[in-house]
Amino acid sequence: MEDIANLKERAKEVRRLIIQMITEANSGHPGGSLSMTDIITTLYFSIMNHSSTNPAWEERDRFVLSKGHACPAFYAVLALCGYFPTSELMNLRKLGSILQGHPDSKVTPGVDFSTGSLGQGISAACGMALSGKIDKKDYRVYAIIGDGESQEGQVWEAAMSAAHYKLDNLCAFLDHNKLQIDGEVEKIMNIEPVVDKWKAFGWNTLRIDGHSFEQIIEAVEIAHKTKDKPTMIVADTIKGKGVSFMEGKVGFHGVAPTREQERQALSELA
Amino acid sequence: MTEMVATRDAYGKILIKLGKIHPCMVVLDADTSSSTRTQWFGNEFPERFFNFGISEANMVGYAAGLSTCGKIPIVSTFACFGSGRVYEQVKLSVCWPKLNVKIIVTHAGVSVGEDGASHQAIDDISLMRVLPNMTVIVPADGTETEKAVQYAVETRGPFYIRLGRSKLPIIFDDTYEFVPGKAATLREGKDATIIACGLMVNESIKAAQILSEQGLEVRILNASSIKPIDKQAIILAAKETGAIVTAEEHSIIGGLGGAVSEVLSTNFPAPVEMVGMRDTFGQSGTPEELLRVFEIDSVSIVEAVIRVMGRKA
Repeated sequence: MEDIANLKERAKEVRRLIIQMITEANSGHPGGSLSMTDIITTLYFSIMNHSSTNPAWEERDRFVLSKGHACPAFYAVLALCGYFPTSELMNLRKLGSILQGHPDSKVTPGVDFSTGSLGQGISAACGMALSGKIDKKDYRVYAIIGDGESQEGQVWEAAMSAAHYKLDNLCAFLDHNKLQIDGEVEKIMNIEPVVDKWKAFGWNTLRIDGHSFEQIIEAVEIAHKTKDKPTMIVADTIKGKGVSFMEGKVGFHGVAPTREQERQALSELA
Repeated sequence: MTEMVATRDAYGKILIKLGKIHPCMVVLDADTSSSTRTQWFGNEFPERFFNFGISEANMVGYAAGLSTCGKIPIVSTFACFGSGRVYEQVKLSVCWPKLNVKIIVTHAGVSVGEDGASHQAIDDISLMRVLPNMTVIVPADGTETEKAVQYAVETRGPFYIRLGRSKLPIIFDDTYEFVPGKAATLREGKDATIIACGLMVNESIKAAQILSEQGLEVRILNASSIKPIDKQAIILAAKETGAIVTAEEHSIIGGLGGAVSEVLSTNFPAPVEMVGMRDTFGQSGTPEELLRVFEIDSVSIVEAVIRVMGRKA
């Protein structure tokens, strides 16, 4: 487990890599990658039991990035954990790369589940948790979903079933950055009151600042102690967090920075 | 009198047998377990049976997740819901990562009967066979159902097995071995070949008898393995009999007729007539009435054989 100061440095490094790989690919999703960076960094460096030398370790904690388009953050974290060399990140989205545009469990070491079509990953995460329950295993399952993704009906089918099966080994985050491709989530298709919704679906539901490492760790600790209910941590985040000209800008949902923008972003993240 | 068994009943029985051999097997259903017969497995192994209620998409996602943890998930519902309704989930959560999920559906085709068009899967063979990594099987009787289900459970990767509702005569005895990509020859003949799957295999046998009385001898191939399909047997049939009739309880667009035509047009062009749903939805009625009205029965096969023989080179 790393202390907060180290996590902050790690997250900054992850953000730099996100900017570099998306710029190099000239394609990808910076906004939602940067908004969930602090959460996924904390999970992999401070919370999850996993092994980069044995990605298929049976007892490992599982992770599913249900909002698959934010995989640059995921890939950066996996590289920093040693699943593959960081140099590989510069092959993001290139022909034959192990780092596909959306996570592909067949080709990327450390990716437990393929995602990309929204709403599907959370169901798979529930299935992994259910398997752990059947086998009475101690591993835990983590997932990150998006707020735009929460408009998919399958998310709520999964919500209902995870409570039904009492999957207390499942802890999901909602990366609540308030923006989706076409604009503000609230205006496109409002998901509020989203905390009340998860509560009503029978989940232990917490709301935190998704950029506070202390709050992320504390919320996961509460999840670990909660019996008979899955936990949803609604994390208020800022889309594009860490890069001034990307923060809160819907335009950077799925648009790569220019080389000039990359330079500016990296100087801010130095 | 030939023994009559519904393929879904054979499925329910073999699941219990396999459940005893394979502790990793889990069975998932979406509020259709009394009809799909997975309830029988649920009664025997309640700790390995999960009823998702009416939420098929989520059920397929769970199956995918379960399979990544070493389980062998069997997903069951009616064919109409286990294909089109969950197409995206089957495509991306199961087939793309090539996971060990078995989708075994019942109540396929118009022979569902009275429930009508909303419950008659006439497009599922097309939908499933176009998916990379997917194996598609349409068993012809209870025996083949048992063999195919066992094969699927014991072979890694995604499978789609399509079963029906109504009782069918037993065609194969216990010595029958299911081999994917192999079409069993059920009858020899030189005048034409009928390539059929599912309940149309039995209709083909009836058609062949009628044709035989008229002096025509047709070969019958059981194309239960839609994907992979037995290219050699199809090409050989075209070479040796010169005319092909396909028969399926499914749309002729993209189904078995399509699959056979793809093989022939690229390897050994020969005249083909297709018996199946002709770009139309079903409706309510008894199975027999529907098979007649949509011209997918033994009479239609006889007519198709005569038509295709007229087109021989």
